[in-house]
Amino acid sequence: MTSGLWQHWVLPGIWITIQLTLYSAALAVVVAFGIGMARAHRSRVVRFLAGFYTEIFRGTSSLVLMFWIFFVLPNLFGWALVPMWAAVLALGLSYGAYGAEIVRGALNAVAPAQREAGVALNFTPWQRMRLILLPQAIPEMMPPFSNLLIELLKGTALVSLLGVGDVSFAAYLVRLATQESSKIYSVVLVIYFVIAFVLTRGMRALERKTRANLGLTATGGAR
Amino acid sequence: MNSWDWSAVADFMPRFWDGLLTTLQILVLGSVLSFTLGLVWALGYRVKTRFVRWPVNFITEFIRNTPLLVQLFFLFFVLPEWGIQFSALTTGTVAIGVHYSTYTAQVYRAGIDAVPVGQWEAATALSLPRSRTWTAVILPQAIRRVLPALGNYVIAMLKDTPLVVAISVLDLLGQARLEGGMTFQYNEALTVVGVAFIVIAYPASLLVRALERRLVR
Repeated sequence: MTSGLWQHWVLPGIWITIQLTLYSAALAVVVAFGIGMARAHRSRVVRFLAGFYTEIFRGTSSLVLMFWIFFVLPNLFGWALVPMWAAVLALGLSYGAYGAEIVRGALNAVAPAQREAGVALNFTPWQRMRLILLPQAIPEMMPPFSNLLIELLKGTALVSLLGVGDVSFAAYLVRLATQESSKIYSVVLVIYFVIAFVLTRGMRALERKTRANLGLTATGGAR
Repeated sequence: MNSWDWSAVADFMPRFWDGLLTTLQILVLGSVLSFTLGLVWALGYRVKTRFVRWPVNFITEFIRNTPLLVQLFFLFFVLPEWGIQFSALTTGTVAIGVHYSTYTAQVYRAGIDAVPVGQWEAATALSLPRSRTWTAVILPQAIRRVLPALGNYVIAMLKDTPLVVAISVLDLLGQARLEGGMTFQYNEALTVVGVAFIVIAYPASLLVRALERRLVR
């Protein structure tokens, strides 16, 4: 592979892939907590709307959603999104819907007595959420969130089909230029694998930290 | 371009059925491949010699942690270099089947681990040969338990089938894109396809949830 291609396409491509992953993960976390907590809300309307959101965004394919946001939204509202932001929006909204299920499951897994204790102490619902439920639920969420983050990282490859210059798109260009497929695609697969490995390690460290904040060891169980 | 032209949807319908058929074909064959290969991986995890177990672990981890789209391109462009020619449709089906086999392998692994030790001991006490132990005792119990989880992966596969447009297979999304490219009316075709996915996936996920309640107790 010529050095020019590596410098001008593959390296910036890696950076764009990392940026895409971080931005969409940030949006997905916001959506996941917002929708996940809404599904435990008192009001039936809020619960229904949150459930509706998850079913819609989990039901459709993220690539179809990405195409829809990219091609149809501009026609409907008359404004177009930069491909990068269309991609972040599509990935964040759909992976956020999966994340919402994780948040909901973890909140449900907190012992009911904890919630009742909060009621007994006259905490407001928001105080109960912030001071009692979330701190105990968050360590539970970490392992499935870690899996979801890897899924999201792999999902970013889809943006290359919209012409965003991520590392998959770089591979495509390098293949066109050099006519050598096996080398560049093997390299790109290894790049994704390495990023996934780093993310998994990072999430594990984060899990240990959130558990330590609760006085739990990494393997679970109170000290 | 702001207006929605519903007659365009009527024009799109014949293409829609063609695309749906292709999507379902990829889904069914891909599922069969992923269920079979996944079981092979899962048995590979349990082989006593490391020279089998480690490579199986590494290969499945590698496939699971890298994007399906790049694997799709890899197969599509690299296999011909090695002198293996598949149609785009076959390549897409194989890529999806192999990718998801690494997920079903984890499911089978959990299912096999969940069979109580007593069952193994009973098979030993009856001096069943190893192959009979697997086929008559362990696998029937393990697979019954994991059916809902496998069903979830079929739904996940359904949502990943549109990736084959990247190698120009005319599945649902491919047909929508073709229609949009010809008429410059992406709105209708893409919306119909998006709705179609929800219409298929939502009842399917209700079905899997019902199965979960029945089988996993």
